[in-house]
Amino acid sequence: MDWLNAIVQGTLLGGLYALFAAGLSIIFGVMRLVNIAHGDLIVLAAYLGLTITMLLGIHPLVALLVLVPVMALIGYGLQRLILNRTLGEDILPPLLVTFGLSVIIQNALLEVYTADPQKLQAGALEIASLNIGGLAIGYLPLLMFVTAVIVIAGLQFIFYRTALGRAFRAVSDNQDIAQLMGLNRRHIFAVAMALSLAVVAIAAIFLGTRTSFDPAVGGGRLIFGFEAVIIGGLGNLWGTLAGGIILGVAQAIGAQLHPGWQILAGHIVFLAILAVRPRGLFPRMDG
Amino acid sequence: MTGPASHQIERSTLATRLGLLAGAAVLLALALAPAYLGRADLRLLGEIFLYLSLASLWNLLAGYAGLVSVGQQAFVGIGGYLLFALTIFGGVHPLIALLIIFVAGGLVSMPIAALIFRLRGAYFAIGTWVVAEVCRLGFAQLGALGGGSGISLPVKVVKSIASSRAGREAASYWLALGVAVLVIAIAWLFLRSRRGLALTAIRDNELAAASLGIDIWRTKFVVYSMVGALTTLVGALIFLQKLRISPDAAFSVNDWTAFVIFIVVIGGIGTLEGPIIGTIVFFLLRETLADLGTIYLIVLGIVATIVMLFAPKGLWGAIKHFTGFQLFPLGYRVRLAKGGKQDSASMKRDAEG
Repeated sequence: MDWLNAIVQGTLLGGLYALFAAGLSIIFGVMRLVNIAHGDLIVLAAYLGLTITMLLGIHPLVALLVLVPVMALIGYGLQRLILNRTLGEDILPPLLVTFGLSVIIQNALLEVYTADPQKLQAGALEIASLNIGGLAIGYLPLLMFVTAVIVIAGLQFIFYRTALGRAFRAVSDNQDIAQLMGLNRRHIFAVAMALSLAVVAIAAIFLGTRTSFDPAVGGGRLIFGFEAVIIGGLGNLWGTLAGGIILGVAQAIGAQLHPGWQILAGHIVFLAILAVRPRGLFPRMDG
Repeated sequence: MTGPASHQIERSTLATRLGLLAGAAVLLALALAPAYLGRADLRLLGEIFLYLSLASLWNLLAGYAGLVSVGQQAFVGIGGYLLFALTIFGGVHPLIALLIIFVAGGLVSMPIAALIFRLRGAYFAIGTWVVAEVCRLGFAQLGALGGGSGISLPVKVVKSIASSRAGREAASYWLALGVAVLVIAIAWLFLRSRRGLALTAIRDNELAAASLGIDIWRTKFVVYSMVGALTTLVGALIFLQKLRISPDAAFSVNDWTAFVIFIVVIGGIGTLEGPIIGTIVFFLLRETLADLGTIYLIVLGIVATIVMLFAPKGLWGAIKHFTGFQLFPLGYRVRLAKGGKQDSASMKRDAEG
């Protein structure tokens, strides 16, 4: 029963990791950008969420109504003002600039919010649970998982069924020709980053209600998201969800074996999959 | 080149030779430093040399081999922990342990390379970070080495380096200076070698290099393991200086990778001189702004980001662009004999592009 429980809870946790990963997946798919500051942006969003709930006295989930547009705006500006300048043949500039941003954000958060761990208060939702055949399934993890599925279905819809998605795929395939067809790639890239950070906002609210966070946890979140992307296979959003679930289950089983092995087990499963299937389980595009 | 040659091919210029001479004089002065500098200054200089070594090694990886790693702290930490394990449990003398650690670092880096070379570009970068995290979490599980809270180097081991405190500090200083010189010399000689030329070709255009018959995977593999071995050695020296190790300090991404990246970016990535300039700037900033705490790190991040955006070749890149001066010459120059126009005639066939 303990093992079944670990698998179920790990699967639900995988939803959160898929949310971390979806933001990375979008921008890699559209502009081959790997954002090292992604984890720190999640933590930044969690702190902004905290400020919004405190100032307006609203529930964290309601705060999403404010946080999502704010993060999207930050994403648009970030891409337009800074990151667009780094894109080109050379992979070094985007990597080093996002790495610099990561250090800047982390220390700015430390300066403003101190190193004290914080948590978003979601009231009764945090402890309410559903009892199915002896397994207690929390409403919050369940909501987290369902949200992840909805977000990924929504992104899938945007990418393959809308004009914006067509523009994304066009600049992804060939920037110059897309430009000739009247698409402004700088704008399209910025919209992709806005979308990525909108997903980050959702991920951040769940991160903050599930556990406490402090300015230093960004790197770890980036790694989880990255592992989910690689396990699932580059360019495949549903694969990313599968990657998140595999990572979540691996961590839950690791924790069941020994409390110190939780995170380690996730990393080891990732490295093992990399050794056996270097392109991930369900690849759609090349790195 | 026999007979009255119409041109000469040369590697170094007068400025280079004078520069190296001045460098040798500085090196001699540094080697004698324990005779005339105080403890605090020696310690700071030792730290500078170790950072210079890390920066030069990372530069060789990222600036020349195109392998942008954000996980070099894995090797620093492994080096530190091996030093403690070998001296405490193996009873090995610290200096002999350093030799073993150098070899072990190379051996450890090979399977890591085989695994993470499957990832490309930025994903390679995060893959190296995962490896470092695995090491951090793994060493935190080893109760014998202090687990999560760490362990100190026993007095007996410390005393085996030298019985007096001054002797130990001088030894630790010379080791740091020695490893910095070793790292820069190896990097320079490697880049002038046949394999170094292959590496430069790969950096400039992978496809073209492959079509000339260069084995890209193998060349990168050699660089990665060489850098891995040397970084592990530097890691052992870092913790020989600190005398205490814990997983969070040993595998710190900020201390052993973020700072190192900033040093190389500010100084000039892809040049041998860049890390030297970068290290000097980094320590000048640190000694003047360190009291500001986190603000200092924000400033450092902003400076590095601005340099990357607007002067991607860094400080040394700017100096080289305006003067053409190289302290460590890597390319060749063709100089026409008298009669040929000297000014533009010293056409630089600069392997560095």
